[in-house]
Amino acid sequence: MSLSPYVPIIGMFALAAGFAVMSVAIAPFLGPRRFNKAKLAAYECGIEPSPEPIGGGRVPVKFYLTAMLFIVFDIEIIFLYPWAVSFDSLGLFGFVEMLLFIGTVFIAYAYVWRRGGLDWD
Amino acid sequence: MIVAQDPTLQDFGHDPWWLIIAKIVAIFVFGLVMTLLGVWFERRVVARMAVRPGLNQAGPFGLLQTLADGLKGAFKEDIMPRTADKVVFFFAPTIAVICGFTALSVIPFGPMVSIFGHKTALQVTDVPVSVLLVFACSGMAVYGIVLGGWASGSTYPLLGGLRSSAQMISYEVSMGLSIVAVFMTAGSASTSQIVAAQRSGQPISFFGLDLTAPGWYAILLIPSFLIFCIAAVGETNRAPFDLPEAESELVAGYMTEYSSLKFLLFMMSEYVAMVGMSAMVTTLFLGGWRAPAPITTFWAGANSGWWPLLWITAKIVIMLFVFVWLRATLPRMRYDTFMRLGWRVLLPINLVWILVLAAIKVLREDVDSTSRNLILAGAIVAALLAALLWPSKKKPPAPTLEELAKSRPAGSFPLPPMDLQVPPSPRARRAVAEREPANVGAAPEGEQE
Repeated sequence: MSLSPYVPIIGMFALAAGFAVMSVAIAPFLGPRRFNKAKLAAYECGIEPSPEPIGGGRVPVKFYLTAMLFIVFDIEIIFLYPWAVSFDSLGLFGFVEMLLFIGTVFIAYAYVWRRGGLDWD
Repeated sequence: MIVAQDPTLQDFGHDPWWLIIAKIVAIFVFGLVMTLLGVWFERRVVARMAVRPGLNQAGPFGLLQTLADGLKGAFKEDIMPRTADKVVFFFAPTIAVICGFTALSVIPFGPMVSIFGHKTALQVTDVPVSVLLVFACSGMAVYGIVLGGWASGSTYPLLGGLRSSAQMISYEVSMGLSIVAVFMTAGSASTSQIVAAQRSGQPISFFGLDLTAPGWYAILLIPSFLIFCIAAVGETNRAPFDLPEAESELVAGYMTEYSSLKFLLFMMSEYVAMVGMSAMVTTLFLGGWRAPAPITTFWAGANSGWWPLLWITAKIVIMLFVFVWLRATLPRMRYDTFMRLGWRVLLPINLVWILVLAAIKVLREDVDSTSRNLILAGAIVAALLAALLWPSKKKPPAPTLEELAKSRPAGSFPLPPMDLQVPPSPRARRAVAEREPANVGAAPEGEQE
C-alpha cells in the first residue's frame, strides 16, 4: 500500500504549523513594548501573586486517577475499533469474544465505581 | 439522471502536487473564514436570543467586527509573565491551532469532480483510518491547553488547564465509544466511505410492511448520535461544559496570562475545533455532503458536481447554531455533576448500546430463525428476572416533624409551638391603609356617568 494518501495530511499540518508559529513569532514585534514589574507578575485579581514552587507544584491525585481511567478505557476503545470495522466478516464468533472482553472491562468499571473512583467533589 | 460519484479509497493519493496544494489552501481558508464568521454568528445569535441588537457597526450587519477585533488584538502588547516557562508558553497556542486545522483535512466536502481535467474528490485526502486521525487531533489539542495552563506559572491558568485536561479526556472516552456503532454499521473507518454508506437506507420488512430504513445514522443510531453531540460539546470546552474558562471561578482559565496574537490563537483554536466537530457530526451522522431527503426527490442533480459544498456548509452552520443555542440556553454545569455525567451515565449507556447493536446485527445475519427466537425469548426472560430480582434499596420512611423535634440533642434552643399563628406586622398594615386605592383599568375621571 502506498503512503501517498497520507502526504496531504502532512501538508495540512505544515501549513497550519507555519501559520501558527509565524503568528506567535511576530506577536512581540507588532505591539508596544512597555513592560513593568506589575505587568509581568502572574495575574491573581490584583493581589500579590502567591509564590509557586518550581515546576508548577503539586497536582491533586484525583486528576491522576482520571488519567489512569482514561487510559484503561481508551485502550478498550482502540480494541473495539478494528472489531467494529470488520464486524460483518467476524460474525457470531467475534460478537461472543467481544462480549467477554467488554464484560471483563465492565467488572473493572463496576469495581472502580464501587470503590469511589468515580466520585468527584 | 445524474448519479453522484462516490469516491472510493483508491481514488485518493493520485492527485498532482498543485491540486494537493490547492485543496490544502482551500480547506485552510475555509477554516479561517468559518472562524471569522463563526465568532460573528455566535455573537449575533446570542444577542438575538438575549433580545439585543448585537453586532451592527463594523461593516454590513457587523460582519467585519471579528476582523477588526483580530487586527486590534494583533497590535496589543505581548506579555509573558516572569514566572512562565518561556518555550512551552510560546508554543502551547500553536499546538491547539495545528490540531484543529489538521483534523479538517479528512472531512469529505463532496463527490468526484473534475478540476482542470483531473478527476478528484472534494476532500483533501482520505485514509482507511480517517476518523482515528480526527480523534487523535482532538486528543492532542488537550496538550495545547494543559501546557498553556501549566507554563503560565500562575494559579488560575494551572487550575483551568488541569480541569480542561480532565474534562477532555473524560469526554473523549464517550466520544470514541459512540463512533464504534458507526464503524459497525458502515463497515469502514474512512470518512468518505461512512458518507457513502449513509447514501440510502436498507429495505426492511416490519410486520408485513415494506419500509426503507433511513440512511442517516443520526436516526438509525440515535443513542450514538446524542452521546457524540454531548461529548463534542464537552470536548470543545463549550457552554454548558465550559468549566476550564469559568469566568466567575477561574478568570479566563488556561488563557488568563495570554495576550495579543497568542490569545487570538487560543480563541481561534476553539472555533476551529467547533467547526471540525460540526463537520464530524455531519459526516458521521447527518449524511455528510449529501442533500437531505426531500431535496433529492425533486432534484436529481442535487448531489452531483459542486452543489454538495452548499449542503455540507449548511449542515455545519446548523450544528454551529446548536452550539450557540446551548450557550444561550443552559447554565454552566458544576464540575462533579459534569464528570459524573461523563463517567457514570454516558459510558455505561454507550457500552450497553454497542452490545445491543452487535447482538441485533448478529441475530439478523448469522443465526437461523428457530435459535433466534429461542435467544430472544431467553433474553426477555433474563431481562424480566433481572428487573424482578434487582436489589432495590428501601428508603426508610421520612421521620415526622414530631420525631425530628424529639430527636434533637439536649440543650437545643426551644421550639415555637407547631400551630403558631403569626399576626401580620402592624407596620405592614399601616402602609396598606395609607396607600391610594388602585385606579388601573378604571375609566378616566369625567367620563364616568
